Amino acid sequence: MADPLLATEDLVKQFGGVTATDRLSLSVADGELHAVIGPNGAGKTTLVAQLAGELAPSAGRIRFAGADITALGMAARARRGLARSFQIASLCREFSALDNVALAVQAHSGHGFRFWRAARADESLRAPARAVLAQVGLAGRQDVPAGFLAHGEQRQLELAMALAGKPRLLLLDEPMAGMGQADSALMIALLRTLKRRHAILLVEHDMDAVFALADRVSVLVYGRCIATGAPQDIRADAAVRDAYLGEEAL
Amino acid sequence: MADAELASAPPRRAAVRSETALLVLGLAILVLAPLTAQLLGEPFYIRLFTRIAIMAIAAVSLDLILGYGGMVSFGHAAFVGIGAYVAGILAYHAASGEALTTWPIVIHGSQNAFIVWPAAIALAALAAFVIGLVSLRTTGIAFIMITLAFAQMLYFVVIALQKYGGEDGLQMSERSRLFPLDLGDKLVFYYLVLAILVAVIAFCRRLVESPFGMVLRGCRQNERRMRAVGFPTYRYRLAAFVIAGALAGLAGILLANSQNYVSPADMAWTRSGELIVMVVLGGMGTLIGPVLGAAAYLLLELLLGSFTTHWQAIFGPILIVIVLFARRGLYGALAGRPADG
Repeated sequence: MADPLLATEDLVKQFGGVTATDRLSLSVADGELHAVIGPNGAGKTTLVAQLAGELAPSAGRIRFAGADITALGMAARARRGLARSFQIASLCREFSALDNVALAVQAHSGHGFRFWRAARADESLRAPARAVLAQVGLAGRQDVPAGFLAHGEQRQLELAMALAGKPRLLLLDEPMAGMGQADSALMIALLRTLKRRHAILLVEHDMDAVFALADRVSVLVYGRCIATGAPQDIRADAAVRDAYLGEEAL
Repeated sequence: MADAELASAPPRRAAVRSETALLVLGLAILVLAPLTAQLLGEPFYIRLFTRIAIMAIAAVSLDLILGYGGMVSFGHAAFVGIGAYVAGILAYHAASGEALTTWPIVIHGSQNAFIVWPAAIALAALAAFVIGLVSLRTTGIAFIMITLAFAQMLYFVVIALQKYGGEDGLQMSERSRLFPLDLGDKLVFYYLVLAILVAVIAFCRRLVESPFGMVLRGCRQNERRMRAVGFPTYRYRLAAFVIAGALAGLAGILLANSQNYVSPADMAWTRSGELIVMVVLGGMGTLIGPVLGAAAYLLLELLLGSFTTHWQAIFGPILIVIVLFARRGLYGALAGRPADG
């Protein structure tokens, strides 16, 4: 394979005696949707936190777009085009949906240290933000404070904030978590439209979503990747059935 | 549109109306009361209003980081004190004729506001930069304690300055000279302070509505989110901390000039606590609230203090009641307006 967009090399994360990430080497190619699945406690969220720069790995390296980003913090990685959505919606709750997205636009436009313009009248921030809100289906809800949005809408807003910076890679941590059937279906449809335009690393519990969307699936158990392959191969893999899919059926 | 996220249209319009009424009334009182006091031959009230306006400047500057940035600085009086001491010490050397330093550069004392005031503001900003550089590595209780510790260090430094009065403080023989104004005139000085207060509020209002201000307010609501979206939040918070420190230094200069005297009490930790009380009492994240808070605090101090020296025993419960029942402070209760996000 050509140089992947994102790659981890022997990534290790230990919390005391617990190894949450165990010599993990994963990659996401440009335009690929790579799903990571695994039972609870497999280290999925720990992995996302390391990729996003919130947690420093104990060993190993992370490469993104040809550069070693292991030492970079969360903000620096975001500015390089690695956008993350949180498993539990993390928003500025008193700001409107539009304010939240406009801030994400601002973060990527180098407008931060401008002290004098009225931010809410700045069309160079508001117009792109409105476009992204429309893209995720929140056009009519732009003036609602983020804290007052319904659960599913907050997940859509999470995604909008990630998209606002025109990222090269989306790091989505269980975007369907806690959603009902209808909302999940909408989110799957939305992710399908984003596929190919952005490389996506999707950490997800919802098997329907994973098998409907992924180009490649990796299975994480106790921090280790026990299988990587096309969705149909993973479904057929005996080890995966034992470790995970079978367990789920119990 | 400011605060588009808040409330639906009809109550919002009513809030704007009562807010405008409150602003006009407040400004009218601030403009007319000292003039009336002058005409009635009651200079005491001019001094009182001057003190209120100066404390309001300090409280507004604290609101910038406390109400909008979520930084509970328990050492804000230190920056007020630095502004005051720079003005006092330069005036002392101007009066004695002795140079402040002779090596490596010679610095003379001065009474010229165009030299003294920028120097005092710059020094307060520098102190805020150094203190912020360390303190802003922490959050929550640790931040409160570290800012308190730094302020106490500076407090004991000025107490140790025997040459400048140590614990007894330092007398200033005259006020700064700000050509063409005669700052020795109580009323002229008051209106200068009032103009500065209005300018500081207008400046802070612009600031919190700017792209920079949106990042600062975002940090208060969810700092992790702001970092995840790509903002190096530490730098933004530090910049706000320095701006607030500089404005507090400005308040300190005015304080020293108003009382012709500087003392360690001006930067004691209790003063930092009073500033927090003024902001919370008036309404955090409103900029106007801290002015109300400063006025309410100093007037209650005067009123209750005339009954008993233990006035704080009465003030304490009043504060608790206001904080419990008017969550957005006096300004929220009077203007019917929630705080900015």
